[in-house]
Amino acid sequence: MKYNYYPGCSLERNAHSYHDSAMAVGTKLGIEFVEVEDWNCCGATEYMSIDKISAFTLSGRNLALAYEQKENGDLVAPCSLCLLNLQKSDHHMQESQELANNVNTSLAEGGLSYKPGSVQSKHLLDVFAKDIDENEIVEKVEKFLYGLKIAPYYGCLSSRPGFDGRENFDFPLRLDNLISLLGADVVDFPLKTHCCGGHMTQISEPTALELIRRLLKNAVDNHADMIVTICPMCQLNLDAYQDSVNKYFKTDFNIPVLYFTQIMGVAFGFEPKEMGIWQEFVNAKEVLAKILDEPPKVPKEKRASKTALPMAKV
Amino acid sequence: MTKPFEPMIIGFTCNWCSYRAADLAGTSRKKYPPNIRLVRMMCSGRLDPVFVLEAFSGGADGVMITGCHPGECHYIEQNFKALRRVLLLKRTIEPLGINPQRLKLVWASASEGNLFAKEVETFIGEVRDLGPLNWQKRAMRNDLRLVESLPEEVPV
Amino acid sequence: MNKKRIGVYVCHCGTNIAGVVDVENVAKWALEELGEEGVVVSKDNKFMCSSVGQELIQTDIEEQGLNRVVVAACSPHLHEKTFRTASERAGLNPYLCEMASIREQVSWVHTDKAIATQKAKAMVAGAVRRVAQHEPLEPIHVPINEATLVVGGGIAGIQAALEIANAGHPVYLVEREPSIGGHMAQFDKTFPTLDCAACILTPRMSEVGMHPKIDLMTWSEVENVDGYVGNFNVRIRKKSRFINLADCNGCGICEQKCPVKIVDKNFEAGIGYRKAIYRPFDQAIPNYPVLDQPNCTYFIKGTCKACEKFCPTGAINFEKEDELVNVEVGNIILATGYDLYDTKKIPQYGFGRLPNVFSSLEFERMCNAAGPTSGEIVLRDGVTKPKSVGIVHCAGSRDLNHNNYCSSICCMQSLKFAHLVHERTGATIYNFYIDMRTPGKDYDEFYQRVLEEKTFFIRGKVSEISDAARNEEEEGKLVVQVEDTLLGEQRRIPLDMVILSAALVPKADSGDVAKQFGISCSSNGWFSEKHPKLDPISTMTEGIFIAGCATGPKDIPASVSQGSAAAARVISYIETGVLALEPIRATVSEENCSGCRICNDLCPYNAIVFHDETMVSEINHALCQGCGTCVAACPAGAISGTGFSNEQILAQVKGLLMLDFAEPELEKVP
Repeated sequence: MKYNYYPGCSLERNAHSYHDSAMAVGTKLGIEFVEVEDWNCCGATEYMSIDKISAFTLSGRNLALAYEQKENGDLVAPCSLCLLNLQKSDHHMQESQELANNVNTSLAEGGLSYKPGSVQSKHLLDVFAKDIDENEIVEKVEKFLYGLKIAPYYGCLSSRPGFDGRENFDFPLRLDNLISLLGADVVDFPLKTHCCGGHMTQISEPTALELIRRLLKNAVDNHADMIVTICPMCQLNLDAYQDSVNKYFKTDFNIPVLYFTQIMGVAFGFEPKEMGIWQEFVNAKEVLAKILDEPPKVPKEKRASKTALPMAKV
Repeated sequence: MTKPFEPMIIGFTCNWCSYRAADLAGTSRKKYPPNIRLVRMMCSGRLDPVFVLEAFSGGADGVMITGCHPGECHYIEQNFKALRRVLLLKRTIEPLGINPQRLKLVWASASEGNLFAKEVETFIGEVRDLGPLNWQKRAMRNDLRLVESLPEEVPV
Repeated sequence: MNKKRIGVYVCHCGTNIAGVVDVENVAKWALEELGEEGVVVSKDNKFMCSSVGQELIQTDIEEQGLNRVVVAACSPHLHEKTFRTASERAGLNPYLCEMASIREQVSWVHTDKAIATQKAKAMVAGAVRRVAQHEPLEPIHVPINEATLVVGGGIAGIQAALEIANAGHPVYLVEREPSIGGHMAQFDKTFPTLDCAACILTPRMSEVGMHPKIDLMTWSEVENVDGYVGNFNVRIRKKSRFINLADCNGCGICEQKCPVKIVDKNFEAGIGYRKAIYRPFDQAIPNYPVLDQPNCTYFIKGTCKACEKFCPTGAINFEKEDELVNVEVGNIILATGYDLYDTKKIPQYGFGRLPNVFSSLEFERMCNAAGPTSGEIVLRDGVTKPKSVGIVHCAGSRDLNHNNYCSSICCMQSLKFAHLVHERTGATIYNFYIDMRTPGKDYDEFYQRVLEEKTFFIRGKVSEISDAARNEEEEGKLVVQVEDTLLGEQRRIPLDMVILSAALVPKADSGDVAKQFGISCSSNGWFSEKHPKLDPISTMTEGIFIAGCATGPKDIPASVSQGSAAAARVISYIETGVLALEPIRATVSEENCSGCRICNDLCPYNAIVFHDETMVSEINHALCQGCGTCVAACPAGAISGTGFSNEQILAQVKGLLMLDFAEPELEKVP
């Protein structure tokens, strides 16, 4: 299987462990990621609100470049924000001929053009959670992550809006499913699509810290050992700002935040170090040491009390 | 001055949805060009390919078949049979020198008078652009092998 | 054969037609130009459908010896019957009268008078040529079997069965569950009068159980349907109850002694228990228990038989097998009801994850005095009374991600819940609604009453329900996040309990049932009516009627009305004894049939049978609905379709093409 790959800036900087682990896991599953030649920054969230046409042109250029090497397949972005910008640009260019013309006028300066709708883009998660057969994943697992309780965190950018008709974007489940294939326990994580604060850390730190606190608290309340994420922004905020949250709110959160490709790598038998684990701020070492050799015994479900009413379970 | 070309369209409609759509277009006074003349059948599944060929040979420049939407057929699923026949017919008429775009299948429910009128208008425009067919005259001149010049994209 | 003598009548329809079409010109032209086609009379009249117009046709048939009639007027769907009847009165076979729709298809949709007149002429020519090919036809008469099959023993089916049986005709009532009663039997109160559901339903149920004309088959399912209107042959599987019914007196000791207790997902909606041998509820009709084989210890482990040991009449029979029964009926009423939408499919609402989120049916059972909590409104722990309750409307309705339609009953049901919670717990109540829809007798008055009970109404679609607290006030509560669209603000409401007013959806197997009975479903899966307004209880298949929620979400009064309406139609069929069907049918010519069987699989009604001995196909005229697909498909041209034969359609096409778009001289007409 082959894809065009648009890593985005984060994966070259703070999130290179995401990139390394994705490549390693991809290779193991026989997937080839061909990097888009000469890609540029997606403009992140802010640029859209400053200058639309320039912002759309940034993503339009990436789409045009991806189209030039279309023979490699669909375009995959590991960063939720990059993906959203790609899809948003493509969508709006399809809706508005005027915008498409404007973007193409700019692109023409660089000898490029893009016909809206001609490149299919998707999230890296969809490659592993949808395109690859579940059995193939399970076959590659060398060390099931038994006993590890994981909160699956999608973040807001990959969940809304559903330009590509993704699964239920109010309450997605494909990461949950992938994690359980690896043998880990998925905990209920109601805030799985809530915002991590994004760049708010730079604008209004208390706001961002409150958003981060909610997420950390919800994961801990649901007994998660670890949060697993699919977005560099989310990882950065939850991991790097955990200390600030603790100081600001006088809490003692200490919950590691890893990329889903990193735990896939661990399950596939890679050394944690190869997956870039231990480069995070909240060290995952202790938690990973908790992985059991055998599936934990499911404790017999206690009936709350004699009077309790039975309940339909998901 | 020569008269501008006005195409002649024969429409085959099913009794339950699309004929009623035509009725509704009428009762709601929706205007569409008068180039179409309708034949009522009980179901679009009644469409015998011969009807279409006879219409072309009798002087029609285009034939429109209308039926209930898929899944809403009065006869459960017979409109799918019409669909199959139309697809086959499109392939059949091309070697006979008729542009397959002269044959069109439209789904219209009994409540879609507007849609019916719009589709008729569009189709008349399309056939007008294709020009006169004169199938019989061309057949008489025995130049049927002179296949109509086809526009670039012919739907298969 | 007689020479064709065709009369053409062109209607002015006041100015409806004459305002655009030169009607007199059309009539004159028909006489002059269509003489060769057999037109001997051609007239125009102000209103052909008036008695004067009709008499004109009658007189001409009688005096001029017309043997074909063409009326150029409105759509045949409006007045074909009128003119055919007029022709018949004058002694002409009604099927020798044909219409040309020059109002709906000409005068109302075109503006250019000359071209419209030209098109009207072409359409008259088409009709004239077509009618020349017509043959006299006789309606098909089908005798109607007096018995009726009603499928589904909910309130709609019960009503239909009682109406027919009370008229003195036999009814077979088939119900899949162990007892009749349907969803209504699960409810506590009914809106807006707050009648106790059981109090008004159970008398009807026992009436059914005791009615000499009703053969009640519960715990049974229809397996196969053959035949056609008037003469259906239905095979019913009576699933084994593992009870000898003749011996059982319904004492209920077996149920008491059975050691197996399982969650009752059907009647108790998953919040109550039942035994492995059980009656769904005390007033069940019939009152015999059913042994739940997959959960019975004896069938799993081979020992137990507690029920057998304690049964005072020795009625338990572990060897009992399913029974197959064949019945012959003339008509069938399908009242198969609905399912509740599985709110687990809306995961952000937390049903199945958060204990104190309840589905509407769970809450109905909880309110019911005979339910698992004896009518106490409590949290999932079975003890704590909620201090604040939220009711979420449209859970799965009016939502493109789930069901795009309105489930019709949920607003009123939610108001009923609000009232019951208020009355029994005094809790603070929030209703989260998109729009309030209370269009029924005394419905809006009930809404006013609930408003006065100080229930809060928040207009907005709930985005999520979670237990993720943000502050102390929210700790330990369910938090409903909603945009209050009247305030224009996001709100978070902490509550003890949330009830989801789930959507009503078609029965999971409604598609299979539709197929079995040869009817169709709408895109949402509800059974399709013959006409949504004018014939909501008939289907496109003769002799099969529908009632209640099987055709779409409905409240009890509407379901009951439909049950009665379907019954009235069936009774009128039975009383007539014979049904006259339109003779538009296909027929196979035995001589020309090559036995290729291509037509056999094309028929959606299985009307075509193949005779192995003679190697020809034959069409059953009572089953055939006249679509004509087989006629078009027969490679040997061996099938002819009355009313729409090849000759007739081709003649019409020729006629329509007789005139060009508009002749030059006509363009000069002022």
